[in-house]
Amino acid sequence: MSSETYHESLELLSEETRNMHRAIVSLKEELEAVDWYQQRAEACSDEELRGVLTHNKNEEIEHAMMVLEWIRRHSPVFDTNIKTYVGAQGPILAVEKAAESGGGASSSASPGLGIGSLRGVK
Amino acid sequence: MDLLKRSKAPLTDEAWEQVDSEAARVLKLHLAGRKVVDFSGPHGWKLGAVNTGRLKPIEGGRGDGVANALRAVQPLVEVRAPFKMRIAELDDASRGAEDLDLDPVIAVAERVAHAEDAAIFHGYKEAQITGIIEASPHKPIAIDAILAWPRAVVAAVEVLRAAGMNGPYALVLGLQAYDELDAYSEEGYPLRRRIQQSMPDVSFVWAPALKGGGVLLSTRGGDYELTIGQDLSIGYAAHDRTDVELYLTESFTFRVLEEKASVFLKRAPAAAR
Repeated sequence: MSSETYHESLELLSEETRNMHRAIVSLKEELEAVDWYQQRAEACSDEELRGVLTHNKNEEIEHAMMVLEWIRRHSPVFDTNIKTYVGAQGPILAVEKAAESGGGASSSASPGLGIGSLRGVK
Repeated sequence: MDLLKRSKAPLTDEAWEQVDSEAARVLKLHLAGRKVVDFSGPHGWKLGAVNTGRLKPIEGGRGDGVANALRAVQPLVEVRAPFKMRIAELDDASRGAEDLDLDPVIAVAERVAHAEDAAIFHGYKEAQITGIIEASPHKPIAIDAILAWPRAVVAAVEVLRAAGMNGPYALVLGLQAYDELDAYSEEGYPLRRRIQQSMPDVSFVWAPALKGGGVLLSTRGGDYELTIGQDLSIGYAAHDRTDVELYLTESFTFRVLEEKASVFLKRAPAAAR
């Protein structure tokens, strides 16, 4: 099995859900690596090694964002929320309030029915 | 407020929830194209066209020794289907009613799903969309009897393989064709199961908007692309004391990237049988 973190029988899951699972697990792993590199770099007593660890941390951030972009393209709900919150101006909770009242979303997308791709749906 | 202007509608949160979820249920049931083609989006209202990567030369230059060409783009079509509902009926959702009359939602969702699928399978000239069936260069495979279906599907798979179009494949069937394969059997063995058993890499898709039979197409990816600007959403148009007018909307276009990836299975019209 490619992952030990499935919570349901594989035969009950569509290919779409399996791919989303792969992406989410990958994102978790990349973010965990960022956290580990950050701590090691800060605790490290060798300047050169600290530079390498910080470089590696930044690479993991790039990887995480690439996976996140894949998730955004395949999940309308992620897409809407990313467009609402990422890069928004002002207090984050105020952005939520504005978005819920229909006035604050920075995206050109309106909240939809969440249909998206139906690949794998019978 | 965004383009849908939902916050202006005299609908409670509970009513919106029932309207949205019923529309989503019917759309997911009826939409067939999205089950077999690649999907790009949603990109939002601001996406007006898809870059085709092509140039269209401007004929007859201006005599200044400079050649000019326009970038060829495919515009998105904006769909908007209105429907009316009784406000008093919708208000009952907040009183706990779970049996609201949502027939107008069901009807509009079917209408819009069929419109999207008709464009995907049969094309929509005014929207500059070429459909999967009309784009196929392969000669349609004629089916003049119900029991001819299994052999025709085998022949269709062979056509695609010979053209270098590998599987998996989807057999997308119109209403009549789907019913025939579901209801009829050969020597006590249902036609649909016979096909599935001999060709496990062929899946079946119910497509009520597809006319004239069915189409076998490769679902390996990279052959067909549905681009969505604003994905299917319900917006608010107007209301009076008793009724509210809503609409189901989306913006999209569809491109055939590999014409050879499908073959039409043409069922003879009823009158000709």
